[in-house]
Amino acid sequence: MPDITTSRRGFLKGGGALIVGTLTLSSGSIALMAPTRTWALEVNALDEHQGKTLLKFARHLYPHDDLEDAAYALVVKELDESAEDDPGLRALLQSGVRGLDGAAGGSWLDLDDDEQFLYVAALEGEPFFDKMRSTTVVSLYNNDLAFAHFGYPGEKGHAGYLHRGFNDLHWLPELPDKASGPMPDAESA
Amino acid sequence: MSMYDNKQTFDQDDDSVVVIIGSGAGGGTLANELAQKGIDVVLLEAGALHTTADFIADEWASFNQLAWLDDRTTSGGWRVAKDFPNLPAWICKTVGGTSVHWAGASLRFQEHEFKARSTYGDLPGANMLDWPIELAEMEPYYDKAEKKLNVTRTNGNPGLPANSNFKVMYNGATKIGYQKCSTGRMAINSRPSSDGRTYCHQRGFCFQGCSYGAKWSTLYTEIPAALKTGHAELRPECHAARIEHDAQGKVNAVIYFDKDGNAQRQKARAVAVAGNTIESPRLLLNSASAMFPDGLANSSGELGRNYMQHTTASVYGIFDDRVDMFKGTVMAGIIEDEGGHDPSRGFAGGYLLQTIALGLPFTTSFLEPGTWGRDFTSAIDQYPNMAGMWIVGEDLPRADNRITLNMDRRDQYGLPTPNVHYTSHPNDDAMREHAYQQGTAVYEAAGATRVVRTPPYPATHNMGTCRMSEKARDGVCNKHGQAHDIDNLFISDGSQYTTSAAENPTLTIVSLAIRQADYIAEQMNGGAL
Repeated sequence: MPDITTSRRGFLKGGGALIVGTLTLSSGSIALMAPTRTWALEVNALDEHQGKTLLKFARHLYPHDDLEDAAYALVVKELDESAEDDPGLRALLQSGVRGLDGAAGGSWLDLDDDEQFLYVAALEGEPFFDKMRSTTVVSLYNNDLAFAHFGYPGEKGHAGYLHRGFNDLHWLPELPDKASGPMPDAESA
Repeated sequence: MSMYDNKQTFDQDDDSVVVIIGSGAGGGTLANELAQKGIDVVLLEAGALHTTADFIADEWASFNQLAWLDDRTTSGGWRVAKDFPNLPAWICKTVGGTSVHWAGASLRFQEHEFKARSTYGDLPGANMLDWPIELAEMEPYYDKAEKKLNVTRTNGNPGLPANSNFKVMYNGATKIGYQKCSTGRMAINSRPSSDGRTYCHQRGFCFQGCSYGAKWSTLYTEIPAALKTGHAELRPECHAARIEHDAQGKVNAVIYFDKDGNAQRQKARAVAVAGNTIESPRLLLNSASAMFPDGLANSSGELGRNYMQHTTASVYGIFDDRVDMFKGTVMAGIIEDEGGHDPSRGFAGGYLLQTIALGLPFTTSFLEPGTWGRDFTSAIDQYPNMAGMWIVGEDLPRADNRITLNMDRRDQYGLPTPNVHYTSHPNDDAMREHAYQQGTAVYEAAGATRVVRTPPYPATHNMGTCRMSEKARDGVCNKHGQAHDIDNLFISDGSQYTTSAAENPTLTIVSLAIRQADYIAEQMNGGAL
């Protein structure tokens, strides 16, 4: 899986905690990209519980039921990497997780989804919430896993769609010539 | 030898050169037009040189490569001040300026748009004024600009072929009775141009810089052409800090910071400011002196005021089938039926509807900024089935919508940073609402199951702030962009705009720059400059 370490050596070298997951769908665009069905994310600034909590929090903010946890793990990866160099951010994330657990009277992760959501919504406007929201909305959708899942080719379009379907919509009537224009290479040929 | 190598360099003490600040549509064009006439030019550009080979087909990475990200602040009633408080405008800091990023729509103003005050009246809450130029005076320059930009549907150039995003727009538009809908007039080659640039390959990364060079940008047209004459020197990564003047009040030098952060001083015969609508007035304000305590060219008090961005917003339609809006040109087609002035709609001026397409990263960031939850994600789940259109309409000038200096907030050079204050006029709000409704009707007619209204995000169209006026008391410069107060100081970008008109600004900026070059040459030949 891109961007997520699956190497045990990497885990040992970093000395961090490991968040491990399994792809839930055996088919689907992300599964097709993955060499194995398991994935792992090493976290260094955060511990495993904190990482898992933030992952679930991101899922409540931007819920896509069919999108693998592996994609949400990339949000945690970005937060963890930023927090390694930013003690203020690390403290914000850690206290955010403590706050959720405190409010839940134990582990927020152990609550069912509907209950978890209530605690998420209650934090709207708080710095922890804002940081999670602003990071997730960029990070979750700016990677190859998300591109594959949502159907956006990204840099694969670099060469252009002139001969790769730029006009392949056929569920509406075709346009009259005066509204459109000729294919450029047909014209110059 | 690269096409960006300087064949000629000028001494910093050479006071015979015209110094142009900014290399975008205005400054880059002016530099070439002057150089072609044999006038020596030093072209200062704050950004670095990124050529077509450097462009990145990745929205955020490209944004970080090209966008102007220096510190800025915002205030006023606009939503951008909340959603993007340090990014009031989406413009570029790179050789070629925002002409690297623009989508290419190239429309002439309509006759009445040069006479906004006479046509719309002296609307309350707006600082209305007629342009000191009429369409008839501009037509020969529009002709030249359309040739220069190789605009489609002019000069025998065919239109661009329709992509899927535009097919949706066209079908909806014609179903609700619109008649002026086509792939439009674009400064994107529909066939190879005579300067050797190829045709559009429908990449869809127009905003990220056209790696084929099929979309006109000063980066690979005007600037290399200017350098080739041996009358122009390009200095990238040179950030203008202040313009100096002599005891008679004529400008005579530009202080700038080079790429190593060292202050430099280039003497000048004349100075042309083309740093876009935020940096241009900022530079003139930062150049205040004992003789000009309120900033250069500000005897009217209008410097920095009347900041306009067009009335904008976007509408996204979600359909049962795939659209893949990201395939092909971003501005793939246009509806012009609402472009005229028809006060029965409840507002003055008109607007255009143009397709827009964003990749997944920008769609999620701009569709509904600040939002979260299932309503939002259920729209994103249907990303391939989305079609997009952008509203662009006439925004009224308001005295309090303005650029000011933050004296207590400095940039990397110790210069006061700009604040952008903007509150929309009720006319803009009425126009936007009308456009939202029409845009929704277009997509529903084409079969949309859901329509999303996207609020304005940081503007790429920025105008006003150094406006031209017939009388010196009403504006900063005259009909040639020449400062009313200082004969050898020129405004050469969209800051000159008296009012915004509805059309995308680049074609008019280029036309004004061609016209200004003729005027500067004339004035020099006559000994006035």
